[in-house]
Amino acid sequence: MANLRDIRRRIKSVKNTAQITRAMQLVAAAKMKKAQDQALAGREYSAHLNQMLADIQQNFGDESHPLLEKREGSRELVLVISTDKGLCGPLNTNLAKALVAQASPDAHYVTVGRKLRAVCEKLGRKVLADFNVKDPVPFFQTRPIAKLLTKEFLDGNYDKVTLVYTKFVNTLRQEPVVTALLPIQEIEGDIEAESEAAAHGMSTEEKIKDAFRDYTFEPSPAAVLEALLPLYINYQVYQAHVEARASEHSARMVAMKAATDNAKKFIKELTLEYNKLRQGAITAELLEITTAMKAME
Amino acid sequence: MAMHLDIVTPEKKVFSGFVDNVYLPGADGEMGILPQHAGLVSALQAGELRYLHNGEVGTLAVGSGFAEITQEKVVVLTDMALGEEEIDEEETEKALERAKEKLHDQEHDLDAEEVANLQALIAKQMAALSFKRKRRH
Repeated sequence: MANLRDIRRRIKSVKNTAQITRAMQLVAAAKMKKAQDQALAGREYSAHLNQMLADIQQNFGDESHPLLEKREGSRELVLVISTDKGLCGPLNTNLAKALVAQASPDAHYVTVGRKLRAVCEKLGRKVLADFNVKDPVPFFQTRPIAKLLTKEFLDGNYDKVTLVYTKFVNTLRQEPVVTALLPIQEIEGDIEAESEAAAHGMSTEEKIKDAFRDYTFEPSPAAVLEALLPLYINYQVYQAHVEARASEHSARMVAMKAATDNAKKFIKELTLEYNKLRQGAITAELLEITTAMKAME
Repeated sequence: MAMHLDIVTPEKKVFSGFVDNVYLPGADGEMGILPQHAGLVSALQAGELRYLHNGEVGTLAVGSGFAEITQEKVVVLTDMALGEEEIDEEETEKALERAKEKLHDQEHDLDAEEVANLQALIAKQMAALSFKRKRRH
């Protein structure tokens, strides 16, 4: 049985740990709020941009753009966005699992965040470049990444570019996602448009008509596409970073809260144990004294 | 008859509501959009955007971006949309100065895209400034 001093020492050390995890939880909570706001604010823009591109694509039967061109080969470049620091629960492990399951083994990688770069290296995958992105995510820092991806694709070094990151669902849930970035796919007029149409009280018939409307382009279709596609790519990359950051801070907050709670529970148990032992010791001592007195009588 | 106007920047949704008309700084010059306009996608340059909402004229300084126009809806995507009170004249002037300097000093070191970005930034800040000054007089 552990003696009193050992238990006292353990309680002290667990208390210290709890203090640290609590501090980390508070820091993560503050950052989480900001990152979540950024991610949610960006979604609106991203949804509209998607919608715009989807509408335009319907009007572009024949007009083509190098970024839209589908190629036969399977040389793949993957952008992986993970975290620099650990202590964020199963976030990076889940992402690594999704990566291994979905990306082809001979793909090359561009990484953001130390954690999955280490995983890529361990798996013997080729890492083409590694970027550092500050927190909170500034738009101008993600642009070089998008530029590199676009360049590699346009130069014909790779046939497709894939994004792997953690999508923020809510504070308790973050999902690893693997999506194609290049060539730009047929973008579906997304769900938001449907619900919006419903909100405006449009009938199905009107909606169909709505979907096949004709557009004029100013200054010219090519010019609009030329400007819109790079923006779209830049923005996809940016949004992926923002989502990943929101996920990271949320996961860390939750993990640290769990750690603090566990530590507290542990302290409670240890204190109980300690008190029991102390009481036992006192009882034993009293017993000894009384027996000694009895013997002297 | 009204149409729905959405003005969205990466940071937030600046405006969403029904308007009677909207004037956009199109790439080829200002254009006025009324409800039931034919489908149009246009690039926007930095400038001033006006709309009539509930009988009141709202104005914003906007950066470059895109507008998608359909019969009942206008969506404006831009990297900046500021109301008059949000523009800090001094700050903007300083930022403008910095951007111009950078463009001037490093024109040879920057590649075409960075130069274009800087020029867009300058245009954006000029638009914000002229917008602010116009209001004051």
